[in-house]
This record gives sequence, C-alpha cells and structure tokens, in this order.
Amino acid sequence: MSTDGAQFMRVATRRGAAIAVEFDGLPLAATEGDSILAVLLTNGLILRRHEFGSEPRSGFCLMGACQDCWVWSVQGGRLRACTTPVADGMILASQPPAGPHE
Amino acid sequence: MSSIVIVGAGPAGIAAAELLCSHGHRPVVIDEGERAGGQGYRRPSPDLALDMHALMGSEAGRYEALHRRFAALAEHIDYRPRTLVWAIEGRTLHLLYDGRAETIEADQLLLATGAMDRVAPLPGWTLPGVFTLGGAQVALKDQGCLIGRRVAFLGSSPLLLLAAKQYRQMGGTVAVIADTTGLAAKATALPGLLASPRTLLRGLGGMAGALRAGTPLLHGVTPLAIAGNGHVQSLLLRDAAGRERRFTCDAVALGYGLKPETQLADLAGARFVYDEAFRLFLPETDAFGRARPGLYLAGDGASIGGADAAEASGALAAHAILADLGGAPAAAEVRTLTRKLARLRGFQRSLARAFAWPASQIRALPDDTLLCRCESVTIGTVRAAMAQALGPIEVNRVKAMTRCGMGRCQGRVCGPALQEIVAGASGQDGAGAGRLRGQAPVKPIALSAAGESTP
Repeated sequence: MSTDGAQFMRVATRRGAAIAVEFDGLPLAATEGDSILAVLLTNGLILRRHEFGSEPRSGFCLMGACQDCWVWSVQGGRLRACTTPVADGMILASQPPAGPHE
Repeated sequence: MSSIVIVGAGPAGIAAAELLCSHGHRPVVIDEGERAGGQGYRRPSPDLALDMHALMGSEAGRYEALHRRFAALAEHIDYRPRTLVWAIEGRTLHLLYDGRAETIEADQLLLATGAMDRVAPLPGWTLPGVFTLGGAQVALKDQGCLIGRRVAFLGSSPLLLLAAKQYRQMGGTVAVIADTTGLAAKATALPGLLASPRTLLRGLGGMAGALRAGTPLLHGVTPLAIAGNGHVQSLLLRDAAGRERRFTCDAVALGYGLKPETQLADLAGARFVYDEAFRLFLPETDAFGRARPGLYLAGDGASIGGADAAEASGALAAHAILADLGGAPAAAEVRTLTRKLARLRGFQRSLARAFAWPASQIRALPDDTLLCRCESVTIGTVRAAMAQALGPIEVNRVKAMTRCGMGRCQGRVCGPALQEIVAGASGQDGAGAGRLRGQAPVKPIALSAAGESTP
C-alpha cells in the first residue's frame, strides 16, 4: 500500500527511543511518541482501503473525531491511528483480522 | 461536598477548574486528550524538538500562561487524561479509559468539549492527502509533521492564513490560500471585526505575510475538485473572475470555520436553537452557560468564540456553579467577564460573515459528490431519496433512509453539509432541515467495554 512519495513530511525531530513496529507485514522504524498515523504517512503508506469501494484512505480530521483512520492491531483490536501512540513491537494491519471481531 | 465534573481541558475547562479550586472545590477534569490544552493550545509531546514559542507567534504568551496555570492546578484537581465520556444518563457519566468502562456521578456537570472543523465536501475530498485545516495544525503541533510538501489551504476561515504561515515557517510550500468568501463580504463585516483589533491585526498580518511570500491568495473562489490518482495531485477551482485555475499540490487543508462538539450536551438534555450567523444549531444557555439545572456549557463547545472567549465563558460557568451551590455572588468579576464574552462572541459573529459557510455553493454541488465519507453516500442519493413521493425533508429521516450521517463519525463531518443539501432540495432555510440528533455512544467503542455498563 505505497504511494509515490510519503504524504507527511517530518519537520521536527523526536528525541525519544527508537522502536520497531510492523504494518501489513512490513517492518517500520518509529520513535516513541509518534502516532501510528504519523509513522505510516511518513513511510509512504496509506492507512487503509475503504470498506465500501476499496478506494484509499489516510485519515481526515487528525483529532479523533472523524474515525477515518482506523487500523487493526493483532494485540489490541481496532485503533484510531491519529490519537494512538505507537508502542514497541506493535503488529498492525490495514484490514481487520479474519474471524469474529467487533 | 457536591461532585463537580468538567469535561474538557482546553482554555474553558482550565479556567473553570481554576476558579472552582480557588473556592475550595476539587473538580474532576476529564480530558480525551493525552495532555491538557485542548486543540488550539495543544502541547507537543516533551521529546519533540518543536519551537512552540515561534509557532504560536503573537499567541505564545497566552499559550504558555495557560499551560503554567494548568501545571499549578494539576495537584488540586482529579485530572483524567485519555478518558472518553461516551454516554450520559441523568447524573451518570459513562467513561472509557484504556479500554475499560467505568462510571462517575456528577451533581454539577460542565461540558467544555470544544470544536472541530466544519467542512464542505467537493469532488475528490476523500483522497489521501486531504485533511481538515485543524488537522493540518495538529499534525504539526502534535507530531512535528506537515500534511504534505506543497499544501493548498481551502475553505473560508481566518485560520487558513494562520496555518499557511506556520507551514511556510516550518519549510512547507503553500500552493494557494483559497477562500470562498469574497472581499465584498469581508469589507461588510469590517465594522464588527473592529471589536477585537488584536485578532483583526493578526489576520491582516497573515495576509501581508502571504503576499510577501508570493503565495497566491484568492477570495471568492468556487472549489471544483481535488484531483489525483490515489493521492492528491491538484486542486481545481474557479476564481472570482470566473477563470478555472488548477494548483499543483500534494495535500489540501480544508476548513470552513469551527463547529461545536455538542453530542454530550445533547445527551445531557440541552435544548438547541438555530443560529443564523453561524448557520449551525447551537445549545441554548443563559449568559452564564446554564443549559438546565446542574448542566453548564462553556467554550467553543457552547458557541464558537476562540480561546479568550472560552476562558471567559469557563470562568462564568464556574461562577454560576458556585452561585448555584449557595456561594456569595462575585458581581464585579461576573460583570467584567460577561462584557468580555459578549464582545468576543460578537466578534465571532462578524467573522462568521467575513468567512461565511458557502451555503449556495454546497447546494449547487454535483450529484456524484460524496457527502458521507463513512458510508459512501453521494449527494445524488440524498436528493433522490428526498425527491420520492412523500420523501423526507428533515435530516434525521434522510439519515434513516440513506445512511448519510449514520457511520463511524456519527455525522460530525457530513452533518452541516447534509443540513444544507436537505434545506436546498426542499426549499427550506437551514433551520427547517433540522439537526442530526446525538446518540450514545458518542464515539464508537468496543461492545465488550460498553457491555460492562450499558446505559
């Protein structure tokens, strides 16, 4: 799920610890304090494909209101990517895992 | 002692908590955010190398003062960050913290829930790279990121200029600042804008800065489409002279002023009335923010007024709580605050004319424009449902038939445009179309969590 260039451009560095996460099987380097959304959009990825029609989506309001940025965690179910900080070892996916889920 | 609960830790919630503490109370302050400050005075995480002083410009002093005041307050309140209030029934608030549900009782409930961007749809607005104008600022302040390298700022809001300035300052390129309200409407609003010269000067400074930087600054535009293959590549609009113009960009920040987050006020029993200046339904309160006994509203969540008005209205609501608990009235302070709030909210009414909600442009949008981004409902679907014999002419009925406004965001995003489309298709004013009713949970939560305390 890659676009030509990364959507987000980082203009201020983070001093936090380096951590590793995974999204749709792809290993990604992140820094403590990053939101899931910032990690994905600075890495040339999109967040998901829309469930009605499969067009790409990458969030919209960025303040926890529009719910356009849901991703799925193997460990913790559905996450709002714009307001959820990454944690070391997070395994994330753009689609809900197979099987029953809410 | 009475249990006082404040929802929201922006300028309104903080000002209210401060006053209540100074009278010996220890309010609970519930904050959905990670850190106090709200959206406008958002504080970056401590490890982000971001010069907030430079970024906040003339507002830096106020921003820093608010955070100092909150730091001094923290040990005197019961502060609960990262906590969502997802339902209210009677005195009981249903909370969600870290995936766990719990409840809390409030004898006096002050809702200072803030606002989000009001947006108008246009073809292509769901492409990756289109974000709200507020979101463009959050990406910067919260994450140290720009939403793109070459950003178009589109809508009608003084914040278009402010955000564009911050983006230029941080090394971004501004493709265009395009405002749908024409200069004539802005000139008409000028006398009212003089009520707050500080804010007016800030706006004019932003215009001068954009001109100096060579950024195209257009007024009176008609947005036509955001185009791109899988992500934003350009913005197409018609300028005030009627020419079609295309601006190459990789992101669009979209904002038509703010709309209050009123879902909790709705669940708590506030009444709503249509406001012609803002073209929004707003909760009804007295001059102190009382919506009904025990329920108080303050800040942008009650009526859009900006950070200074939020502080004043938070303090007024706290005075009302103290008075309702039998305290001695603080007449002089209340008079000063009331005058200040009236002036600042009056200024916002003038702003709402200078940066108007583009009602006629929205009513004229083509049928294939996506209106509800959650459920993928087009404007044409809504118009077709209404055109049926005995078709609905009220937004909640339209929602039931088309699913527009029924998705994940619960109509927060599409609500104002839906109201305008319904009003337009039925020949009514905005008031006649009605407003989407709030529903619990006000944001989607896991059923397993809700099951622990079902309202």
